[in-house]
Amino acid sequence: MTLKNTLQDLNLVAQCRKYNLSIWQCPHFFFVIMGVIMAGIIIAVYGIGLYYVNDPQVIALSVLFLTAGLFIITFIITKAFERAAEANRLKSEFVSIVTHQLRSPLTSLSWAIEALISGEFGKVEEKQLEYLKILKENNKRMGELIRDLITVTKVEDGSQFQNKESVSLEATTKDLLFKFQPFIQASNIDLQVKTDDKLPQVLTVVNQIKIVIENLIDNTIRYAKPKNNEKGVIEISIIKKEKNIQFEIKDNGVGIPKDDQRYIFQKFFRSQNVKEMQPYGSGLGLFITKSIVTKLGGKIWFKSEEGKGTTFWFLLPIK
Amino acid sequence: MKKILFIEDDMALQKAFGTILKNKGYEVTSAFDGETGLKMAKEEGPDLILLDLILPKIHGFEVLKRLKEEKETQEIPVIILTNLEDTENVGKALELGATTYLLKTQYGLEEVLEKIKKTLGE
Repeated sequence: MTLKNTLQDLNLVAQCRKYNLSIWQCPHFFFVIMGVIMAGIIIAVYGIGLYYVNDPQVIALSVLFLTAGLFIITFIITKAFERAAEANRLKSEFVSIVTHQLRSPLTSLSWAIEALISGEFGKVEEKQLEYLKILKENNKRMGELIRDLITVTKVEDGSQFQNKESVSLEATTKDLLFKFQPFIQASNIDLQVKTDDKLPQVLTVVNQIKIVIENLIDNTIRYAKPKNNEKGVIEISIIKKEKNIQFEIKDNGVGIPKDDQRYIFQKFFRSQNVKEMQPYGSGLGLFITKSIVTKLGGKIWFKSEEGKGTTFWFLLPIK
Repeated sequence: MKKILFIEDDMALQKAFGTILKNKGYEVTSAFDGETGLKMAKEEGPDLILLDLILPKIHGFEVLKRLKEEKETQEIPVIILTNLEDTENVGKALELGATTYLLKTQYGLEEVLEKIKKTLGE
């Protein structure tokens, strides 16, 4: 090992950054803290021993040996963490390559199906058309799953969170709602948007926060369907709360069953009542949403009652 | 008849989309790698180039750069047709002189055809 490598190993911030961890979550940092505490304990034991024990060196030496043993164990654990983190990084890289590679054949398939449906390669019988439409729908689902997997790997590797800029959550939400307008109308949903006057902008990564808001709006439209044939209602509010901006989205839809609520932000999880309404879905949307909000220094939470509706909130720091 | 050069290494996509373009009344020539694409662009002087980015032999960005450097090809509009979706790639392609940047997964067939028509001034 060269001197340069040894010095790099001692650079705590660089070590933690390598694994996309803040210093407070990083085992290397705790390793150093533990060392400092142990050194303090040895000195304290020696100091106390001077007053109360005949041979304080023996006690101090015993503590020293015990500390050395603990250090070795902690060092082994830190190295095991590094290996696990590296394996995780390689896994993410592998998923990223595979998903990118899957996109090309999927596009060929999608365009070929579209061409067949449009009659570009000759007349298509009604039965054939029916099956081609099934192919098209399944192809679209595969594309969505791949898109979600790519987003997950990007969020996990943290590479998309470098360039922060001032963003108006209000304007971003309104732009996205404009895009969702046909879906909102088709779903017969009454949409209400309330915002504070003169809301400050947030310092964030615009592409990432768009994914968060888009996922929340999309989910809410899909599941804002009351059982008793009432009209679906979605209320969005954006307000300033101390040093943060709070985004709230509320629906009167199916809600999340109580037993499922603890799993809702987990990868690939979908509630049973949601599966009955929409049999297909990757179960990655809320996992992605929470991961992004956390990486942007914010927090997300929800309140839900089955059959009555759900409210999601997220907070983002203004600066 | 407007001539389109399609530089794309995915044979299935070449065949499907190439046939559709021909059905729409365009003359289509194909290249499966960057080197052949550059050579054909110089020799044939197409009205439009559809360019993928991940290509064998010479990468799409390098192809685009050389197309915009050469006198005989610099005026030909280039539409990037790719799956690389990062903002950085979009910016780089437009900076190098691409007319439009289209993500294959985000655009349906009809939308791509519309973009081609628009670029050709039809």
